[in-house]
This record gives sequence, structure tokens and C-alpha cells, in this order.
Amino acid sequence: MLDRMHILICGGAECKESNSVELRDLFKSEIERLNLGDDIQTALTGCFGLCALGPHVLIYPEETLYSGVKLEDVREIVEQHIAKGKPVDRLLFKGEFDRKKFRNRSELTFFAKQTRIALRNCGVINPLDVNEYIARHGYEALGKVLTTMTPEETVQVMLDSGLRGRGGGGFPTGRKWQFCANSVSDKKYVICNADEGDPGAFMDRAVLEGDPHSVLEAMTINGYAIGADTGYIYIRAEYPLAVQRLELAIGEARELGMLGKNIFDSGFDFNIELRLGAGAFVCGEETALIASIEGERGMPRNKPPYPAVKGLFGKPTNVNNVETYANIPVVYLKGADWFKSIGTEKSSGTKVFALGGKIANTGLLEVPMGTTLREVIYEIGGGIPNKREFKAAQTGGPSGGCITAESLDTPIDFDNLIALGSMMGSGGMIVMDEDNCMVDVARFYLEFTVEESCGKCTPCREGTKRMLDILNRICEGEGTMEDLDVLESLGKMIKDSSLCGLGQTAPNPVLSTLKHFRKEYEAHVIDKVCPAGVCSNLTKYVVLDNCIGCTKCARNCPVGAIEGKVKEKHFIDLDLCIRCGACKTACPVNAISTKPESWGAM
Amino acid sequence: MILLNEILSKYPKEQEYLIEILLEYQTSKKNHYISSEDVASISKYLGVPESQVCSVISFYSLLSMKPKGKYVIQVCHDVPCFVNDSTSIYDKLVEILEINDGETTKDNLFTLEITECLGRCNEAPAMRVNNLVYVSLTPAKVEKIINDLRGEKK
Ligand SMILES: Cc1cc2nc3c(=O)[nH]c(=O)nc-3n(C[C@H](O)[C@H](O)[C@H](O)COP(=O)(O)O)c2cc1C
Ligand code: FES
Repeated sequence: MLDRMHILICGGAECKESNSVELRDLFKSEIERLNLGDDIQTALTGCFGLCALGPHVLIYPEETLYSGVKLEDVREIVEQHIAKGKPVDRLLFKGEFDRKKFRNRSELTFFAKQTRIALRNCGVINPLDVNEYIARHGYEALGKVLTTMTPEETVQVMLDSGLRGRGGGGFPTGRKWQFCANSVSDKKYVICNADEGDPGAFMDRAVLEGDPHSVLEAMTINGYAIGADTGYIYIRAEYPLAVQRLELAIGEARELGMLGKNIFDSGFDFNIELRLGAGAFVCGEETALIASIEGERGMPRNKPPYPAVKGLFGKPTNVNNVETYANIPVVYLKGADWFKSIGTEKSSGTKVFALGGKIANTGLLEVPMGTTLREVIYEIGGGIPNKREFKAAQTGGPSGGCITAESLDTPIDFDNLIALGSMMGSGGMIVMDEDNCMVDVARFYLEFTVEESCGKCTPCREGTKRMLDILNRICEGEGTMEDLDVLESLGKMIKDSSLCGLGQTAPNPVLSTLKHFRKEYEAHVIDKVCPAGVCSNLTKYVVLDNCIGCTKCARNCPVGAIEGKVKEKHFIDLDLCIRCGACKTACPVNAISTKPESWGAM
Repeated sequence: MILLNEILSKYPKEQEYLIEILLEYQTSKKNHYISSEDVASISKYLGVPESQVCSVISFYSLLSMKPKGKYVIQVCHDVPCFVNDSTSIYDKLVEILEINDGETTKDNLFTLEITECLGRCNEAPAMRVNNLVYVSLTPAKVEKIINDLRGEKK
């Protein structure tokens, strides 16, 4: 790793689509053309986590970060920066936060507030080369565990670390391992859950694409701790790049003897196989996942017995999530105390969030547990674009709920999110502004559940359908006040009586928006208005007093519903209006609004 | 038929490989579906009843027993894409392909489907065409992609 210069090109799926392979090849050929020597390495790495501004190129040792690099820029970078050591100003990454250009990756607000444990290698190493993983202490933890620790000690470290599952539930990983280690059986299994189905979450994909060996190493440690010799990674078929990199990594690990027989001469054998998911969200649930690996329909079953007692092929099985695994090698290298010192008392370590929706910096970020939502959204995320107001952040996907402006300063951890009526989920965080209708958002998540319910239990199958019917009526303008009460009681009933986590959490988005945004529901029901201007039946476009009479709106209206003289305030005939929004888009002074509070006295 | 046998011979005769086999076979097949004859051969090879193979296929949204077009277009309609106006992408596809969700064009070139999150939410809206995911879509981009694919046929 003592190459004079290292040029890392982001090869995460986003950047790959924008030519990262061609970029790398061009860098190579330009370096050859200028005879700059063999001590300059070029490599594709995993996702840098700032995908919207890609493709990125990171040059070591100075850590210069270029963004939005195009093929035609390569020659300039090589001639100026690589040959003469002068960074190309024009292409330096521009922080969204203030318009200053950042030369150095760790200077960025986006990175400065973060603590990268699970993502430690993503964007730093070439995931296609195991030697780069090893150069960053890869497989050292496995060596330490296999050669100096007993399985009991291995489980104890996990217990001491306080690591909780990152797949949604936040169950203590050590307790799970201990449970499974105590089950007596001739055969046990380890499963990595890479079914990542929560809308808005893609951290598991980033880890698998950017640092596949960390998951393999952790699964092997897991196998040793509980006494299993076989591991499965259950991964969505929708992630072809991650599948390909995992296959490659498994091959490399086998060649090096990090998988296979007698690993580190310890007498311990372990192998890992991949299994593809075929597009059923419920298969992320561990018992459904197990059924799917067995080649069955992915239906969840009642627990207990827990997988730790009776799992895959009826044998004790430990299931953990990708991000959970990505943390584990570091826990063994740096110790449980170190890990526990990060985060909050009951939630140690960090959490990766996928920030999306109405936010300036979309992408992946990893922060210590206990960071506030305000820090995430305003400091790392760069705030809400277009001078809009923050309205809510949805966490936990279709199982979660929304967090409102009032709670911006609550430290984020597993328990606080549950107290707020949401949950951590897998870490998708979708930011909404005043233009998002919360009734519509709730309806959207419920549509998801209705679609993905496996149909085995009645409350989930029929109950969610009933709730969706009601929400559809409300959005159409036909809701009543009783509907709101029915939604509430039905939601509670489904939560209490469903078989698996899917149904038990499905009503959350509705209940949580009902709690925090009841006024918005009431506006739909009583005033027949959608204040955000989303539900088309209930959207009213009104011209405000700051209209300058430029006639643009009238000229853009496809149905001639707008009248008014030049330089005078215009009017919209709501009977003719087809609610296409063309006027609002055309208005140069923002004088057309769907928001009742802006209409003033009418 | 040769193709199916080739794929089958790579797998041990265990039910746990059923989904892998179905996925691999369906991806490599022109119309992206599993026919009743295929079901019979797979059932025989694995020793799993045909009814069970069918019930597995019907459970998973990526598997189908209905022929599809050469290009299966799946538009992500999950929340992050939705708030980034995936509806305009879907509407554009409906307009230029003249088909709706679940339908196939008359020339058997395209099938249109709505799908769940493709894990590319930070670059929403996204859609998948066979094994390729397109991101940061606009209606204009979609039109170009379709035109390119139509051109490829010739
Ligand atoms: C409907 C449903 C979907 C789930 N989807 C996922 C998923 O996509 N990925 C995941 O890791 N866990 C998912 N889980 C949680 C798993 O059942 C399981 O708790 C988790 O994989 C355990 O790993 P952890 O302890 O490391 O978090 C889901 C649970 C439910 C009820
Ligand atoms: S929501 Fe569309 S890719 Fe995730």
C-alpha cells in the first residue's frame, strides 16, 4: 500500500452507471501515455455515499475529492494533478452546505460529523481485491478469535459490546448468539439477511458492494461462536452487482483459506453459500426467509420456537443483518469496551442511515447512536432544498412512523424512536417538506403492505385492505370523521393480532400520521381540501394577492380556467380547473398556492 | 429444452435449489417465464410435486408463468421514488408503450410492471429493465431508453 499515489474511482452501482469503469480505464491509459510510472494505482471502490453528485474520484495521499467527473475531465486531472501536483479546482467537490470548495474529504461537513464503523472500508478499498481488505486489518479479527479465544469467550465479547441488530428489531446480538450456542445439535447454520426490502434503505447493498469481505469474516466468527460450519447469505436478486462481488469475494476467501477447512490451522471449518430472494418483501422476516432458503413459499410462522432452536432445515440457526455483521470484525479488533464507548448507553455503536426525499445531500451516512435528527438533517444532510420547511422524517419504512419538527432534538437510538411512535427499522430516513401530504404518504405505505402481505393471517390480509379503502376514500374527498376513529381502532386491532412483524407494524405509518397530523386528515374530511396540494380531487389552486398580472398562468392553463387583465390579479375558476398545476409551475412570483393558510380572507 | 437441462444439471436434486433454478432459468429465457412444461421437468428433476413448484412461482413477484416481453420494465413506485415523481415516469411509459401495469406490447417487446424499492432511492426515480437499473429518470430519458431498446431489436 505504499504506492506513491492511489486513484480511487467510485464503483458503487450509481457511479458505475455513469461510466466509472471507462473512467478507470481512461485514467490508466492517460497515466501510461504520460509515462507517469507504475507506482500510481487506480482502482474502483465501493460507494462513497454521496451518490447524487457522482461519479467521484478520490486521490490519495492528499485525499483530494473530485465529484461529477466526466471522461473529458480525466486528461486534465492527470496532466495537472497527477503529473504536476496541482489539484483541478473546477472539479473539486463542492459541499452543499456552504459553497466553499473542499479539498480534503475529512474537511467536509458531510463526513466530519460521521463515525464510520460499518462503512469503514466503503469507498476506501477496492472491493475486488482481498489484499486491500487485509491491508486495512481485514481477517485479523478472525485470526484473533480462532487462535486465541474459545467460542464461549467469543460470545461473551458480543454480549459485552452491547451491539444490537441493525436489521430493524434491535435485538441484542450477543444474546441471540448465546441462545443459539446453547442449543444442542449436530448441525447449526448462520444466515446473513441481505433481503433489504424497506423502501428508502440501501445501506446493506452499499456494504456488500463496497466491503463484502467484512460480512464473510463476521459470519465466520459467528459460526465459530455458535458451533456452525455453514453459512448462507440470502440476497435479493434485484442487487446483481452485490451478488457478483460476493461471489468473487467468497472465491478469494476460499483461495486464501479464510473459508473452507481448518481456517487459521484452528481445526474450524466454515463455508458460505449465496441464496437469491425472488421479490417478496415478507422474506426479510427471518422465519419466512428460512422457508424461502428451503425452496418453499416465504411464509412466516409463529415464534417460538425461535430459529435459534429450530431454524433452517429444522436446525438451530442464527440470523443477523448485513450491517450488524459489518460492525463485528471491528468489535473483536478494538474490543467490546471501545465499541460500548460509542453511542448511547442502551444503543452502542453507530447506525447507517439512507437519507432521501426532500434533502440537499442524499446518500448514506453513519453516525453514533444518540446523534439528533437536527444534526442529521441540517448539518450532514445540508437541510431542505428550495427554502422549504421541514415537515417530518419517516423512519422504519412501512413499519415505522414519522418524526416531526418538535422532536428534532431527540437523540436517535432504538428506544427513543419507539417512544416517538416510530422505529429504527433498517435505517431508511425519508425527509418530507410542506409539499408532501401526510395522508397520501400513509396511504402509500399501506398500499405497500397490502401488496406484500403474504395472506396467511386474516388481520393483516383483510384489516390492512379495509384501512386502505378508508384512506382512499379520504384522499378522494369522501371521508368522514367516523372514518378517522375506525382507522385508529382497526390499526390497533391489526397490531395486536397479526402473526408476524409485517402485520404487527403495518398500521404504524397511519397511526403515527394520525397522531401528529390529525389536522391534515381533518382538512381532507371536513374542509375537503388537501393542504399540500397532492390529492388531486382535493387540491384547490388559488391566486394570491402578490399576483403581478403577468398573464403567464392564463396562457399556460390548458382548459382556459384562469381569467384576469394584464397587471391585475387573476382568478381561477375552480369548476373548470382540472388541477394539473401548470399555472403554479408557470407563475414567476409564487402567487398561486394550494395551501389554505396562505389564502388569507377570501 | 436443452437450456433447462443445462441449468438443472448444475444443481443438486434438492428442493432448496428450486428458487435458484427458477430465477436462473427465467432470466436466460427469451420470454422471461416458466411454462407448464418447464414446471413438469423441474418437478421431475427435483422430485418436488408440480403443484408445489407452481405455488412457489405464484408466491414470488419476480417469478412468472405468463410469457412476458423481451424487455421487462419495472418502474419503482416506492415512496422515495414516488416523492420524486415516479408517476410521471410510469405515465410516460403507458403513453409511449400503450400498455398498462402487467401488460405486454403486441410485438412482445416490452412488459410494463410496477415494483417495490430497487435500493436506488438516493437517485430516484428508478426503473429496472431486465437486469439493468436506470436511475435519475425523467420522462425524456425514459423515451430515449425505450427508443434505444426498440432500435436494438433491429
Ligand atoms: C416484514 C419484515 C421484513 C423484514 N425485512 C428485513 C430485511 O429486509 N433485512 C433484515 O436484515 N431484517 C429484516 N427483518 C428483520 C428480521 O426478521 C430479523 O429480525 C433480522 O434479520 C435479524 O438480524 P439483526 O438482529 O442483525 O437485526 C424483517 C422483519 C419483518 C417482520
Ligand atoms: S424507492 Fe425507488 S429505488 Fe428505492
